[in-house]
Amino acid sequence: MLPWLLAVVTLAAVVLTAPSLGRHLFEVFDDRPQPAWDRWLNPMETGLLRWIGDAGRSAENTRSYLQPLLISNALFGLLALTLLLFQPAWFNPLGFGGLRWDLALHTSISFLTNTDQQHLIPEQTLGNLAQLGAIQFLMFVSAATGLAVGFAVIRGFSGRPIGNFYRDLLRSLTRVLIPASLLLALFLLVSGVPMTLAPPLEITTLEGAKQWLPRGPIALFEAIKQLGENGGGFISANSAHPYENPTLLTNLVSTWAMLIIPAATLDAFGRFVGNRRQSNLLLALVFGLLVIGVGVAMAAEQAGNPLLSNWISGGNLQGKELRFGSALTGLWTVVSTGTMTGAVNGSIDAAMPLTILTALFNLFLQVVFGGQGTGMAYLLVFALLAVFLTGLMVGRTPEFLGRKVEKPQVVWASLVLLIHPLFVLIPAALTLAGGATLAGISNPGSHGISQVVYEYASAAANNGSGLEGLSDGTAWWNLTTSLSLLGGRYLPIAALLALADGFRQKPVLEPSPGTLRTDTGLFTGVTVVVLVILGALTFFPVLALGPIAEALTLAS
Amino acid sequence: MSFTAQLLRGLRVTLLLWLLTVVVVTLPMLALARLVAPDAASGSLLRTGDQVVGARLIGQSFRSNRYLHGRPAGAPNLAASNPELAKRVADAASLWQIAGVAQSAPDLLLDSASGVDPHISLAAARQQLPRLARERQMSVAELEGLLRQAQEGPQGLQAIEPVVNVLRFNLALNALRAP
Repeated sequence: MLPWLLAVVTLAAVVLTAPSLGRHLFEVFDDRPQPAWDRWLNPMETGLLRWIGDAGRSAENTRSYLQPLLISNALFGLLALTLLLFQPAWFNPLGFGGLRWDLALHTSISFLTNTDQQHLIPEQTLGNLAQLGAIQFLMFVSAATGLAVGFAVIRGFSGRPIGNFYRDLLRSLTRVLIPASLLLALFLLVSGVPMTLAPPLEITTLEGAKQWLPRGPIALFEAIKQLGENGGGFISANSAHPYENPTLLTNLVSTWAMLIIPAATLDAFGRFVGNRRQSNLLLALVFGLLVIGVGVAMAAEQAGNPLLSNWISGGNLQGKELRFGSALTGLWTVVSTGTMTGAVNGSIDAAMPLTILTALFNLFLQVVFGGQGTGMAYLLVFALLAVFLTGLMVGRTPEFLGRKVEKPQVVWASLVLLIHPLFVLIPAALTLAGGATLAGISNPGSHGISQVVYEYASAAANNGSGLEGLSDGTAWWNLTTSLSLLGGRYLPIAALLALADGFRQKPVLEPSPGTLRTDTGLFTGVTVVVLVILGALTFFPVLALGPIAEALTLAS
Repeated sequence: MSFTAQLLRGLRVTLLLWLLTVVVVTLPMLALARLVAPDAASGSLLRTGDQVVGARLIGQSFRSNRYLHGRPAGAPNLAASNPELAKRVADAASLWQIAGVAQSAPDLLLDSASGVDPHISLAAARQQLPRLARERQMSVAELEGLLRQAQEGPQGLQAIEPVVNVLRFNLALNALRAP
């Protein structure tokens, strides 16, 4: 009973706190008067923009927003890549050397794209300079890039000029991500998460064995990892490790932290379009999908593994930490895959097939809150397509948020939806065709298919979690997932910006009796159907071959 | 705007944001950590005398019969459907049976996620008390007292069920009776 109660409390806390942060996001990204606590940042921001050489004016078109985004992101990635390739001796107490080129490339692309898929064991390969200067740096700027894109798209959909990328980037950091991370870090710190530059400690255990305590500057790293939907661990065990997630309370707060910014972004969208009924319905839609997934996973984990019933009764504790228990690890898994955080507080590989099914469903759909900023944009794409389809069905001109939906919008939207299956299914098919050695599968049967598909789905959705038994530290995996990481990040961003910018330039139509209203329960229901048909059916065959087949095996 | 100008702008942004997100935010946090939670900041270390013997949050591996044993580690990624998992569990269960535990608690048969789970369930701890009483020549009642001291749980929002911190228990055990 207690896990369910705590899950309800955690999710309720998200619903209750999202509107206040949503209002703050609206004020920040719509240039409204700021509250006193961050008004003092204004002169500094103007000064910094001037030093950068940017007057902070809004971009005239998609290209002038996208260009600085791509250039700066390329430079962020190159800086991190250099640090990883030539790990210098400074702040590197254990003297780790540079990474192999394919691993360094994969790691920097993975963190640059806000994915944080890790094919390495950080505490055995990265010194503090790399952890902070490459990884923490990318966690901050990739989340800020996502937020900037999200709000540029929202601006476009609400008919505003699209904005200025560097200004958005800076404001995302100084007014949202950094203050929030400092607060969360302080909480994590007093709850037991280390924050020190002292080297990891080698100790002698009571039985005389040697053990490394992988301490480091973790508290702040952990905070942006959760809030920025990053998910990459300071330690390989990620949020299962007591140094990243020491107590039941930190576990619940970290679960909340994954959800709060994306939920608030949805709330802010309603304020931008001046229709909070619209955003509340979309929030209800996303939240409904999340709650169903959470229910499925928690129940499956609590029911436990029937193959072990000779020895064990009760929940599935394989690959789980006792302080969280089976059910709350299920909650975390669904939230982390839905929000594209990708942090794990237990092994998803050892989770029940229905939990893995839910996680994959989230990765395929990409809107159960979805990536930082980008999840919101994907949701608008689905809503746009729902408008288009209902318009076709009832023979009305499709309109969304007061503007006509026409061919260019539908083309861009379809493109956004097609990118994902391309970067998941094709490489997964190639890898499976290459045989078990190339694939590095560690669990037999249909679960092995899930391992491979999951890795690419996680990369292309910019999530970062994995079925981690997979031997993915090879050049094949590093290079092919790098393609999925990049394709799943920058192609949709470009298409989304183009879509939003085109939409903004359309004339506003006065609502007539013939207008199909989109802020109704009926339309929200249609959107769900569109989501499931367009988003998930493409992937149904692999779901059937993977987790569904595994679930049936366990049940028989 | 020319590409060179764009590139220059990008370089400045990179430098600025690197300083901001690596140096400017981390240093005050490190200083604050020393101030408000020096113990947690440096890893919640446990000491016997001057010697660091472990960390309160981090489990250690115990094999000797004179210590309370923690959760197994080593294969957290075995899938639910993997026959290897059932085999591992069966092997572990029969080892516990040999040690006198007829039906061992699930957390003693299934791998932790981190490999350093500091806890076991109360049931898993109680099953081991007769062995410890024999090995350490103590009464089970005495050991129950130690168990209560090393207990953590939902009241303190530390764990979802009442659990025992294995390292803290074993340290208390050593303090009472030399290992």
